Amino acid sequence: MATDTSSKSPEIRRALPGHRLLIGKEAPLQLDCGATLAPAVLAYQTYGELNADKSNAILVFHALTGDQFAAEDHPVTGRPGWWEVMIGPGRPLDTRRYFIICINVPGGCMGSTGPKEINPETGKPWGLDFPVVTIGDMVRAQIRVLDHLGIDKIFCAIGGSMGGMQALEMASRHPERLHSVIAVATAGHHSAQNIAFHEIGRQAIMADPDWRGGRYLEENAVPRRGLAVARMTAHVTYLSEPALHRKFGRRLQDRRALSYGFDADFQVESYLRYQGASFVERFDANSYLYITRAMDYFDLAADHDGVLAKAFTHSPARFCIVSFTSDWLFPTSEAKRLVHALNAAAADVSFVEIESDKGHDAFLLNEPEFHATLHGFLNGTAERLGLPTGDLIPIDLGDRDPGKERIS
Amino acid sequence: MTLGGDARTRRSSNLARSDLRLIADLIEPGSRVLDIGCGEGILLEYLVREKAVVGRGMELSQEGVNASVARGLSVVQGDADTALSYYPDQAFDVVVLSKTLQATRDPRAVLRQLVRIGNNAIVSFPNFGYWRIRLELLLRGRMPMTPSLPAPWYETENIHLCTLRDFVALCEQEQIRVERAFTVRDDGSPRPISSLGLANLFGHDGVFLLRRS
Repeated sequence: MATDTSSKSPEIRRALPGHRLLIGKEAPLQLDCGATLAPAVLAYQTYGELNADKSNAILVFHALTGDQFAAEDHPVTGRPGWWEVMIGPGRPLDTRRYFIICINVPGGCMGSTGPKEINPETGKPWGLDFPVVTIGDMVRAQIRVLDHLGIDKIFCAIGGSMGGMQALEMASRHPERLHSVIAVATAGHHSAQNIAFHEIGRQAIMADPDWRGGRYLEENAVPRRGLAVARMTAHVTYLSEPALHRKFGRRLQDRRALSYGFDADFQVESYLRYQGASFVERFDANSYLYITRAMDYFDLAADHDGVLAKAFTHSPARFCIVSFTSDWLFPTSEAKRLVHALNAAAADVSFVEIESDKGHDAFLLNEPEFHATLHGFLNGTAERLGLPTGDLIPIDLGDRDPGKERIS
Repeated sequence: MTLGGDARTRRSSNLARSDLRLIADLIEPGSRVLDIGCGEGILLEYLVREKAVVGRGMELSQEGVNASVARGLSVVQGDADTALSYYPDQAFDVVVLSKTLQATRDPRAVLRQLVRIGNNAIVSFPNFGYWRIRLELLLRGRMPMTPSLPAPWYETENIHLCTLRDFVALCEQEQIRVERAFTVRDDGSPRPISSLGLANLFGHDGVFLLRRS
């Protein structure tokens, strides 16, 4: 059994590398639910150098279970950063030219204020007393980090999945703070099917007796089984039938014949069990509840009289929308909806669908055509703004290929 | 630190296709341009670089879109038959539809969209009234195949071919004004159309600058 990082979290948190922004009571975070949050902490990480006129910053938004350690070995898991294929010298988000910022979302569990941190009013972990946060709250919090760094306008806001939601939210609410937006494998709202999958995950967590009404940290318990089942379900939605077939087929795990029992006979079962078990070592169950809820609540059109185009009226930003052919969680039809809305708003938009059989996870993987188009989009934007352009260096990941296992 | 510089600035900006050269000449510098069926973005890139237009593209094939975006152009995947309706009225100074109208399902509806979303529209298409085509049909009794129309009838994408005269008649019917009209002759040189009858016989392509009446 691996070490229990959940119960050791305060020590590990203190030891985490990277930066912290403290939000004091004098200027609390205003949340969509009506509550305010202060004092609060936003943990973030940066790569590359901010240039003299602070014009080369790229804000990378992480997805549901990602965090700020996007482009380095993860300090808790020891695994490669979740977007190492995208961020680095000669990568599309080229750290020789750009200053990359990635912030753990509020409600998260990698150093930013969230349900597993101590509620200063009670001296106990927040648990379900933590206010429900939204995608809008996440973006508002992250803009506080930009303010802190003195960055008025970022070069690009980029993210996949929930990260893409945040990029779109920022483009809609704070168009004056960005030059360009890249929204990958995402949508303008969370679909009924996606809410349904999230609800299964949440119910699995809450059905675990060790969840203890959300107070497991106080009672020295961890709802491992529930969180693992949530992860297993979600994990299937990140893949595709062809990818599962290619990877596992109906092959048996360490045996020649069926066991006529309920062991993990099939490789795919064994794989999912491993995914579930390793996930609980790095992620907080209540954070999972809160962040999935934030995604469920996301609906850009609803905030604009039901008209998605109104979310982008007069936006001067360049947009790049990307989808993957085998992604059934955020399918191309959702991306096209965004594109049609952006066209209706006469926005500057590019839309690319990448051929891949790797499902939703493709956005995290080494997909050369995806990277080439992002590189071209960013170079084109850099050229317009008078920033240096550069060339891609082909990736040779060797053993660090994240295709071997999902890490976000 | 050495940065590679942009490959695109080193690439030649020549337009090989003569109808594209003519189209480029018809576009005012600095205009807002939508190039529908932009392929890999050759015309669009030329316009952005040489004429400082605010350029957008639409292309049906995903390979074309990806190649265009990788060049730094703003291009979306879309079908001229269905995707134009999303753009607001007069969103562009010029909308370009080069050698694509004849491949659409509903050319009349597309034409209406063009003059709705653009103050001007530039349309080019192969002229089915060109004398070689007429002769081939007359003498051989087979569907013509020419350098502009190289595919056999059973696999051509060109499902709505027309002559220059047909096109002018449709514009009249739709109350679309022809501002300027050109043909491209065998030697690749564009000529303003003075006699529609002669142009319809000797021009293998037509290039029209249109406007809503």
